[in-house]
Amino acid sequence: MTQTLAAGSLPRKKVRSVTARVLPGFGLSLGISLFFISLVLLLPMTGLVMHTAGMGWDNFWFVVTDPRVVASYKVTLWTALAASVFNCFFGLLLAWVLVRYDFVGKRLLDAIMDLPFALPTAVAGITLATLFADNGLYGQMLTAIGVKVAYTPLGIVVAMAFTSVPFVVRTVQPVLEELSPEDEEAAVSMGASDFTVFRRILFPALWPAIVTGGALSFTRSLGEFGAIIFIAGNMPYVSEVTSLMIFIRLQEYDFPAASAIAAVVMAVSLLLLLLINVWQGRYLKRLHGGA
Amino acid sequence: MNAAHYRRVGDTALVRRWLIGTAVVLTVALLAMPLLMIFVQAFSQGWSTYVANVLDEFTLSAIGLTLLVAVLTVPLNLVFGVFFAWAVTRFTFPGRKLLTTLIDIPFAVSPVVAGLLYLLLYGNNGWVGQWLGEYDVQLMFSWPGIVMVTLFVTCPFVARELIPLMQQQGREEEEAAVVLGASGWQLFRRVTLPNIRWALIYGIILTNARAVGEFGAVSVVSGNIRGETNTLSLHVELLYQDYNVVGAFAAASLLAALALLTLIAKSFVEWRQSKD
Repeated sequence: MTQTLAAGSLPRKKVRSVTARVLPGFGLSLGISLFFISLVLLLPMTGLVMHTAGMGWDNFWFVVTDPRVVASYKVTLWTALAASVFNCFFGLLLAWVLVRYDFVGKRLLDAIMDLPFALPTAVAGITLATLFADNGLYGQMLTAIGVKVAYTPLGIVVAMAFTSVPFVVRTVQPVLEELSPEDEEAAVSMGASDFTVFRRILFPALWPAIVTGGALSFTRSLGEFGAIIFIAGNMPYVSEVTSLMIFIRLQEYDFPAASAIAAVVMAVSLLLLLLINVWQGRYLKRLHGGA
Repeated sequence: MNAAHYRRVGDTALVRRWLIGTAVVLTVALLAMPLLMIFVQAFSQGWSTYVANVLDEFTLSAIGLTLLVAVLTVPLNLVFGVFFAWAVTRFTFPGRKLLTTLIDIPFAVSPVVAGLLYLLLYGNNGWVGQWLGEYDVQLMFSWPGIVMVTLFVTCPFVARELIPLMQQQGREEEEAAVVLGASGWQLFRRVTLPNIRWALIYGIILTNARAVGEFGAVSVVSGNIRGETNTLSLHVELLYQDYNVVGAFAAASLLAALALLTLIAKSFVEWRQSKD
């Protein structure tokens, strides 16, 4: 098996096929990887396929186009988009400040950026709900200016934005660090304004990373559940996200409906995952294009 | 350093101060305040209430189950992650790209959908569940189900930390060791492990944080039986829905403390990595 696989890739990458025989553990490591992925990732998907396939097209369409479910798609999509757009700006600002400037407390600022990934989503959920509730610290201030966040779709945006903060920061940071200063310094010394240099020289180098981070943030927000349900109020047609719809159908023991909606969500997330991978592959190639 | 001589974008004192100020204010409002709020709420009725809340029978059993889940999932994902990273970075084979995309699935899929996948397969209606039912084995709505879905949601972390590092390091050192007669285990312990240890530790930290805190997937397969299938995250929700807000935040403060430890450990590992 090893021999044929190595021989198959011989014409393209001669050196690598030789090393495939030098290092040990090809069969063992690939075997364990395939076994684990099949058992943990792929096998469970067969259940979803079987349950969805068993219900017939008409029934499937009826369930996934139910007005309450469609309303949940809309809310989920626009709140996830709003949260990701916020994170693009916030992430760019934070990456810029962390890379370009030195100041007291910088390391602390850098460390706390990862809090949303370290903090369990349920904990984030009850905390944000308490802060933004009408009598909460932020809720009181916002109520004074007539904005209601808790138990409205805006609350969903807040929860999604919180849980996906690190994505843009952490994708833009390394790109900004490795940016060579020559073009920028030349432009500045020739008298171009900061804004012009940013727009014409820095932004073109940064935007692929911003888009990647934004897309990751969007994907994560579409699937978020724990942080949202506490602050959203979960009103049908208004502030129910799609992952909650699946959960509700499950609690009603309506397994076919839950699987059908899950199949839609799953298809969208897998498509997004594929697009992000293709995009990153292309963008990385362009980065190394000169070499 | 050229940077000291040439002016770059945003170097003016005014712009600099304004950007740092905005970043700090936003971060404090969005991240630091919520973290602080958890502890303020947890201790709002005094130290003794806090201790009583933490030592509550159901909170203790939730802590126990949460630890059990972490103890089982972290080592399994560690072993899988190392083998997976070894396979995709040390060898070329057809389908390698597909394999590295597949490993990202748990990051893209909603935790609720992840839980549902397991419920549909291993539940009473699922084809594996029915077969297991004949032998009186019930995996869903009991702790093995919680461990299984946690394994699903955490399986990419170790591999994802190792792959870029191992790709970047290349295989020359390892090939040299093999040529010099090292056995597989010697090769891993003496050559590979010292090179990847900090990334490995980082992967373990991330896996552990997620395993302890997972909510969506676990809440689908748990059945929420107090004292039996309640993890700490689920217990937080249960107390909060019961309007026991202080109790909920007391349980949450344990998870927040772990999150803080995670951040500290991560900073330490990054500092060590930069020294290597």
